[in-house]
Amino acid sequence: MSEVRDDRQYTETHEWILDNGDGTYTMGVTDHAQELLGDMVFVELPSEGDEASVEDEFCVVESVKAASGVYAPVDLEVVEANEVLDDEPELVNSSCYDAGWLVKFKSDPIDGLMDASTYSETLD
Amino acid sequence: MKQTPLYQAHLEANGKMVDFGGWEMPLNYGSQIEEHHQVRNDAGMFDVSHMTTVDFKGAEAKKFLQILIANDVDKLKTQGRALYSCMLNETGGVVDDLIVYYQDDENYRMVINAGTTEKDIAWINLQAEDFDVIVEPKLDLAMIAVQGPNARAKVFEAMPGVEDVAGELKPFNAASLGELFVARTGYTGEDGFEIMLPEKSAEFTWKMLLEAGVRPCGLGARDTLRLEAGMSLYGSEMNENTSPLEAALTWTVDLNNEDRHFVGRGALEALRNDGVKKTIVGLVLNGKGVIRDHQKVVTSIGDGEVTSGTFSPTMGKAIALASVPMGTTGSCEIEMRNKLVSAKIVKPPFVRNGKVLV
Repeated sequence: MSEVRDDRQYTETHEWILDNGDGTYTMGVTDHAQELLGDMVFVELPSEGDEASVEDEFCVVESVKAASGVYAPVDLEVVEANEVLDDEPELVNSSCYDAGWLVKFKSDPIDGLMDASTYSETLD
Repeated sequence: MKQTPLYQAHLEANGKMVDFGGWEMPLNYGSQIEEHHQVRNDAGMFDVSHMTTVDFKGAEAKKFLQILIANDVDKLKTQGRALYSCMLNETGGVVDDLIVYYQDDENYRMVINAGTTEKDIAWINLQAEDFDVIVEPKLDLAMIAVQGPNARAKVFEAMPGVEDVAGELKPFNAASLGELFVARTGYTGEDGFEIMLPEKSAEFTWKMLLEAGVRPCGLGARDTLRLEAGMSLYGSEMNENTSPLEAALTWTVDLNNEDRHFVGRGALEALRNDGVKKTIVGLVLNGKGVIRDHQKVVTSIGDGEVTSGTFSPTMGKAIALASVPMGTTGSCEIEMRNKLVSAKIVKPPFVRNGKVLV
């Protein structure tokens, strides 16, 4: 069973978004997504200050099996990318909700994405 | 879907089961990259029971195989000796690639691919009509490939009596022990054995190998290992419309005996006289990303296509086999996700016996 955490919101494209409470959000891919993709080998991250419009592909996670785009859930500006993933992309597999986060960004308040229980239902 | 006798063992080992040409097979048991390293560094095992063993028996077995396949079984003189070959159609395309083992001039054993089995058996039977030979598919055999630098030692530990018959086997040779058939062959670029055994013994043998420290490895690792080893995959590097001469498999075609009129020979000779236009080369990507099957390859003398692309866990880089215009050297570009990325052209294998060669 894939892990889903109650403290964050989810997209239909299997990303999670965590509200940091200071006007920024942290984003990553879900446990379900990393299981489907298999062993990660490269993560292509945006740079600090990059802007993305809603539904833009602004990161790519690439596993042995496939490359998968990560999409902006809203209009946003990147404030930090998890550069540790350049050397340790496998953190996306082993710790997708913690050390394997992808980017931090600022944006207008986000609501209207799925909560944990709604997202869980989509996985059944 | 079809299941092998080891299906239950795969579930117990948390195998992630996928549809592989109608067979329910393990893609990995957690991490395909860890399984890959396990084979390069120690010993891993693969359930390859979906592959098919076919025995050939009869006074004309040798004569028949000499016309059926493009390599010449006349090279096989000692019991258990193995030969890799393609089986061609009349236009020189590849019906399948296979290994044939010699017992004596009236007894041979062949191992063919899983996905092509029905087609192959029909083709073989059609060719065999005028020969005194019995074609006998052995559908009740399981097959386990144990591969890695420590594979042989662990097989000897796990399977009593095998060392006595297979301890001195040279590469590309096989020995029998009762119903067991042990071949020092593989598809990983490492030492090891491919073991054919009765279905009923498969699960017990798998467990004994587990206890000896051999770790289960899935089809994912099998593919990255064979690609690093520069070995062709039927359906990717060659198919019914691609001849061995166009797939860097000329070494498997034996034209020495002019009286040996094997199927496809005429087409191959015509192709050779006209000039072979393409071949398979190895590619190593400069920079990040993973090369994927069917991506376009741009060279100074024309375009080509990736036939097998992957990430090499041993090299930490993306590698590929690609079909390119004959004579391509140096470097090329690969069209990846709408960008052109440069790659170095190399001669496979990329990795053999744990060592990077390119």
